[in-house]
Amino acid sequence: MTRAETPILETTFVLPSPMATDTLAERIAEVLEPGDTILIDGPIGAGKSHFCRAAIRHLLDRDGRQENIPSPTFTLVQTYETGAGEVWHSDLYRLTDVSQVLELGLEEAFSSAIVLVEWPDRLGALAPRDALRISLTPTEEAEARRVTLSASGARWRKLAGILKGLATEPHLD
Amino acid sequence: MTIVLGLESSCDDTAAAIVRLGDGGAEILSSVVYGQTALHADFGGVVPEIAARAHAEKIDLCVEEALTKAGLGLGAMDAIAVTSGPGLIGGVLSGVMCAKGLGAGAGLPVIGVNHLAGHALTPRLTDGLRFPYLMLLVSGGHCQFLIVEGPDRFRRLGGTIDDAPGEAFDKTAKLLGLPQPGGPAVEGEARLGDPARFAFPRPLLDREGCDMSFSGLKTALLRARDAVVAEKGGLTVQDRRDLCAGFQAAVADVLTEKSRRALARYRGAGAEEPAFAVAGGVAANTALRARLEGLCADTGIRFVAPPLALCTDNAAMIAWAGIEKLRAGAVDPADLVARPRWPLDRAQPALLGSGKKGAKA
Repeated sequence: MTRAETPILETTFVLPSPMATDTLAERIAEVLEPGDTILIDGPIGAGKSHFCRAAIRHLLDRDGRQENIPSPTFTLVQTYETGAGEVWHSDLYRLTDVSQVLELGLEEAFSSAIVLVEWPDRLGALAPRDALRISLTPTEEAEARRVTLSASGARWRKLAGILKGLATEPHLD
Repeated sequence: MTIVLGLESSCDDTAAAIVRLGDGGAEILSSVVYGQTALHADFGGVVPEIAARAHAEKIDLCVEEALTKAGLGLGAMDAIAVTSGPGLIGGVLSGVMCAKGLGAGAGLPVIGVNHLAGHALTPRLTDGLRFPYLMLLVSGGHCQFLIVEGPDRFRRLGGTIDDAPGEAFDKTAKLLGLPQPGGPAVEGEARLGDPARFAFPRPLLDREGCDMSFSGLKTALLRARDAVVAEKGGLTVQDRRDLCAGFQAAVADVLTEKSRRALARYRGAGAEEPAFAVAGGVAANTALRARLEGLCADTGIRFVAPPLALCTDNAAMIAWAGIEKLRAGAVDPADLVARPRWPLDRAQPALLGSGKKGAKA
């Protein structure tokens, strides 16, 4: 209990462009390992899938592989084998009941795989307490998104330093 | 004569069907689909049947009903065909286990079928198309152009790099407070709207090839909606109609232009009886269908759209794909392994996302 309540990271800043979102996703993906869960919330069109695709693409690229990264909205879960471990990309938008999360096998995946979850509010009490939480919200600027990262749990100490330069530079590549 | 029992449980529905191929052609003797009927209009989507157990409980009943309706016993079958992927693994496994059990009990061969191959071969069941034909598979979860060259040979020309159009329709409906499923609701509103009032993007139209992107459209719709709300303090009925009309026109423009390019590439395939078939739930959109029909009329290519009940998930297409495999001598025991991912065309490179890595690679 206490371990999970230790805040490691709590920050809000603006991602000025989709490229900046890509960079954030790639830097986070770089340190991911099995057992890591990222919960991504935000309204429709906030860029949740965009973030997930960038992270998965980075992990596949690292292995020199190209694969389709389709939307998991209809299939609920898409899985990928990567050098960092198995990646589960799930979209719980269509779920109505926590029991369906169990049927999907997500709870097991939380400990054995890297799991990216869109619409994580459907997880209820099953949400891992040491997950990295990412909130994306639209801003006045069409291309920009406000992002809040919050993590509690020692596993996310590895994120130290990865946000360097992200909040200020408009273009990172 | 060949009679095959088909089973389908890879997605939301559980289904069984019996198809017979005789001298007079193919005939669907029965086709039973257990939904998945609970449409949650207030929630914004169709509630999925994800539980393997739920499929397992229903599939026996489905088979029984399909046999009863056809007036046949298992002994009259030549084979059992079952969807072995792609899809949610729990559902797929329920179908495969049931098929194997029935096959062992009745002494029948069991054929593993790719769900997408079932959709892609349906125009041969319904309209007797000859290979090779061009196929646009467009639904809630899929959007791709395929040249169907044989029961087991598919050449992918392109597809969506993110969301499928059906998903975009559902989310548009959700954003505008319209009921689910979004396709018919948005189409109904669009009929009374002005497609020119809002300028929506035509993603990837400037890029060569047949790849598509629909994810940005929902963001554009959201912006246009919020701009109207900010200006007037709310949306009028006509605003909503205009938004729907603009959105639908953008989807239709993209699909029509990409179809034109796919047809141009297909013409090089040397078909004796060229045809363009459209399947999937989005093919039911009359505005889109009219555009694609017009395109085919302009280019002198036959246009085919199977009836909606055979465009959405069903087991008749699985039974038919099984018959095709039997006829082609293409039954492979390895196809019975249940798999969540199973692209139809393994030779084509993956679709690249719109991110910087994708553009560079």
